[in-house]
Amino acid sequence: MAEPADDDLKDLPLAGLHAELGGKMVPFAGYSMPVQYAAGVMKEHLHTRSAAGLFDVSHMGQVILKGADPETLALAFESLTPAAVLGLKEGRQRYGLLTNATGGILDDLMFANRGDHLFVVVNAACKAADIAHMRAGLPGIEVEEITGRCLLALQGPGAEAALAKLAPEVAEMRFMDVGYVTLAGAECWISRSGYTGEDGYEISVPDDAAEALARALLDDESVLPIGLGARDSLRLEAGLCLYGHDIDETTSPVEAALQWSIQKSRRAGGDRAGGFPGAERILAELESGPSRLRVGLSPQGRAPMREGVTLHHGGEEVGHITSGAFGPSVEAPVSMGYLPAALAVPGTEVEGALRGRLAPVTVTGLPFRPANFKR
Amino acid sequence: MKFTEEHEWLRPEDDLIVVGITEHAAEQLGDIVFVELPEVGTEVSKDDEVVVIESVKAASDILAPIDGEIVEVNEPLVEDPGKVGEDPTGEAWFFKIKPADPSQMDDYMDEAAYLAYIG
Repeated sequence: MAEPADDDLKDLPLAGLHAELGGKMVPFAGYSMPVQYAAGVMKEHLHTRSAAGLFDVSHMGQVILKGADPETLALAFESLTPAAVLGLKEGRQRYGLLTNATGGILDDLMFANRGDHLFVVVNAACKAADIAHMRAGLPGIEVEEITGRCLLALQGPGAEAALAKLAPEVAEMRFMDVGYVTLAGAECWISRSGYTGEDGYEISVPDDAAEALARALLDDESVLPIGLGARDSLRLEAGLCLYGHDIDETTSPVEAALQWSIQKSRRAGGDRAGGFPGAERILAELESGPSRLRVGLSPQGRAPMREGVTLHHGGEEVGHITSGAFGPSVEAPVSMGYLPAALAVPGTEVEGALRGRLAPVTVTGLPFRPANFKR
Repeated sequence: MKFTEEHEWLRPEDDLIVVGITEHAAEQLGDIVFVELPEVGTEVSKDDEVVVIESVKAASDILAPIDGEIVEVNEPLVEDPGKVGEDPTGEAWFFKIKPADPSQMDDYMDEAAYLAYIG
């Protein structure tokens, strides 16, 4: 994706705090974002897995959808996503995809049932397109982009204790619960979820309270600020997709191994089967399997194999890597990519083209590290 | 000790030149997770890519600063690439090269010039 020139970059509301914390800023999805702080990517990653990390993800899009009544709203949103929206209980969140007419993925998102509306969090790079798509595709539904709120993520086994010091009730939440909590004197919208494979919370906080909340969390000695670099290696070890890399407008949910985000009611034989963009292809792939599949890949040497590395088998190019890095917690390189279904079987040996040579790679299950959610 | 614009340091040791990367380069690269060293005995020309290092961010090449023969490599770095970030100008040298033409060293910066170069 082309990055805009530096002058067009937007600053995060917490830019001053990032500078004070020694954040190294880089352009990402149109924003100047901290890629790492003084501790560095490796330490930040390991700290998040062993204690707690605070991420500023305020670049992401926050959207509220409102309809005449909850059922009308849920059924309307189901016309854009293969996920079941009707039936999601109030106070619960679900992962979903926006699909296109050819069954590709426009974006991945989280949506929460908050009674009289849905709260949706979308990727930064897609937010303008997503909002336009929802406005065009959801007649009669109010699509409101939420501005003036930061989004912070507190992740890691120490997240519950650190946040419960400020609001004890958060300890009662379970994975994918959402609620309203007062933090730093402001009403925050909170979910027990994240993008690291660890327990944790995502917190939508009004801009004018965000710095006080971030400082209160960072005052806890178990909490370190974490940049985009570690966010990427954490999500990769957790087997989570990065939009625009592991999934895009050409990859279907079934190819991407995200069929778990299509509940039974939306599949063939379900109460509300189909009725979303690309249903023909997606339901057919659910029935008879996709031709290619997203898999975990473990390069056997120590060299990371990154996005774009081609995969080979029996002398032929058979696929490519979509994300790759060194996994600090698995202490080895980890990658994800697409392979023909016949090769997408854990234990299969393929090769990756690295610096003009073919190096062995083993197909593995995902995630590379079991998730540590509080269910 | 001399320095290249590619942020390598070159330290004469008897009739050999020891090569590593500067503190500045190590800081810019971030945590190093992979090092691939050349084979001892390889004849190299100036600007040949002789070492590959991968940080948490990206791959980089270390170039041969002069013509010569690789006579020794720092094998322990392969198992412990993190050393490059911890002690880039000491323990984490990459290779020793026997110069074919020692006068090629004259082209490189001294420490004051390098410090000015990185500003």
